Amino acid sequence: MRLAVMGAGAVGRSVLDLAGEYGHDVVAVADSGSAAVAEDGLDPEVVLDRKRAEGSVGGGDPADALAADYDALVEATPTTLGDAEPGFGHAEAALDADRHVVLANKGPVAERYGDVRALARESAGEVRMEATVGGAIPALATIEGVGPERVTAARGVLNGTANFILSRMAAEGLNYEHVLAEAQDLGVAEADPTFDVEGTDAALKCAILANVIHGGGYGLADVDVEGITNVPPSALDLADEDGRTVRLIGEVDQDGARVGPRLVPENDTLAVSGTMNIVQLETEHAGRLNLSGRGAGGPETASAVLADVSRLD
Amino acid sequence: VSEPANRAHTLRLELTDEPGELLRALSPIADNGGNLLSIFHERGSLTPRGRIPVEVDLECPPDRFDQIVDALRDAGVTVIAADAERYGDAVTVLLVGDLVAADLSDALGQLEECASASVVDFTLTDEPGQDDRASARLRLAVASGSADDALAAVRDLADEKDLHVVEPLVGDA
Repeated sequence: MRLAVMGAGAVGRSVLDLAGEYGHDVVAVADSGSAAVAEDGLDPEVVLDRKRAEGSVGGGDPADALAADYDALVEATPTTLGDAEPGFGHAEAALDADRHVVLANKGPVAERYGDVRALARESAGEVRMEATVGGAIPALATIEGVGPERVTAARGVLNGTANFILSRMAAEGLNYEHVLAEAQDLGVAEADPTFDVEGTDAALKCAILANVIHGGGYGLADVDVEGITNVPPSALDLADEDGRTVRLIGEVDQDGARVGPRLVPENDTLAVSGTMNIVQLETEHAGRLNLSGRGAGGPETASAVLADVSRLD
Repeated sequence: VSEPANRAHTLRLELTDEPGELLRALSPIADNGGNLLSIFHERGSLTPRGRIPVEVDLECPPDRFDQIVDALRDAGVTVIAADAERYGDAVTVLLVGDLVAADLSDALGQLEECASASVVDFTLTDEPGQDDRASARLRLAVASGSADDALAAVRDLADEKDLHVVEPLVGDA
């Protein structure tokens, strides 16, 4: 497959780096201000070195990447809410040109799933989105395998930053501000952690899970969200005395989707530690399925992107 | 093979006012697989027969409850009522916020009335230096199948009192 990679953050760069190993060529890559295009395939080293040294991936305009001759567009620009631009526009351009789209960007399928599906119906191209939920975890492929109509509920720990903070607070008896600062030092939390600690990121993933399971109809506004900033150490102590702990859990079932801190038994499958994620599916005939693993990271998420590329025909 | 879920039960006992009597009454419960949840020991109030009423909340596997009651009676403990109200499920939630201002004693009474739930345990801690952010753990015994109703009632209570609720996951309640 010939890939065009939109976005040169951790995920875009890792896709560029690993594509060759999966037997694919990256013919175009763009960040927010530049692009590199080579019809016979880019040399990842050259592009990555330039990005490191100069902050740009090449001498071209980002629009050049969209105009390149590729088979599948990898959309890995930052997730945005509402109209989900520019990611949505990139996907639209690719589908209009009958190319495939592989999303690592949550925005288009969390906020405009119906629009994306409508574009895909009119296109010879296909849309895949494994990397948008749970990073490396093959959650959507599993739902596809089981059959979305046979998945009665999905729940899980969908944000590694919030999970790191809660599990550190519980283990060390430290307060939220202290652990947040530590997470920021370790690069686990961003300078502005709002997206993670207020539950927005987990809610976007819930909206995507709900869209996949129920065939659409969900956006961020349809998910009931509460973050972890109201969970003090004393609450974690009380949970601990009772053999329980607190995790930020996203849930999708027939009644809808919600994200909030929830009590779980301390040895429960859902009580993963650190930055780990888990997706738990309730299925009609196969009982409960648990899939845990790394929910973020460049190579991890890129592996989900490239698995999607391999699923395209 | 998973073990059957524990059920919550309430026992009313009458004890004689003698040293060691309470311990003697409780050991048959633990010896037969019961887990004590709370003990309400009204030492000040005596029954007409001059005994001390004790209310014990416990949980145990479904098949053990009758065995526990038999063991108590065999040990000479007076069992006045075994499960006058049969509670099938237990629900534990955390409440976070200004619990002092929320004046929960009255609210918990209301909860018991409207949600047909029984407060089995209420544990409160203070967040050092943060008066408006105390935490409490509330354990309710509820009739089988009505955990969702009880949770809805807790949510309403929390909304009204401006508290945050950390709910259990359904099924793990």
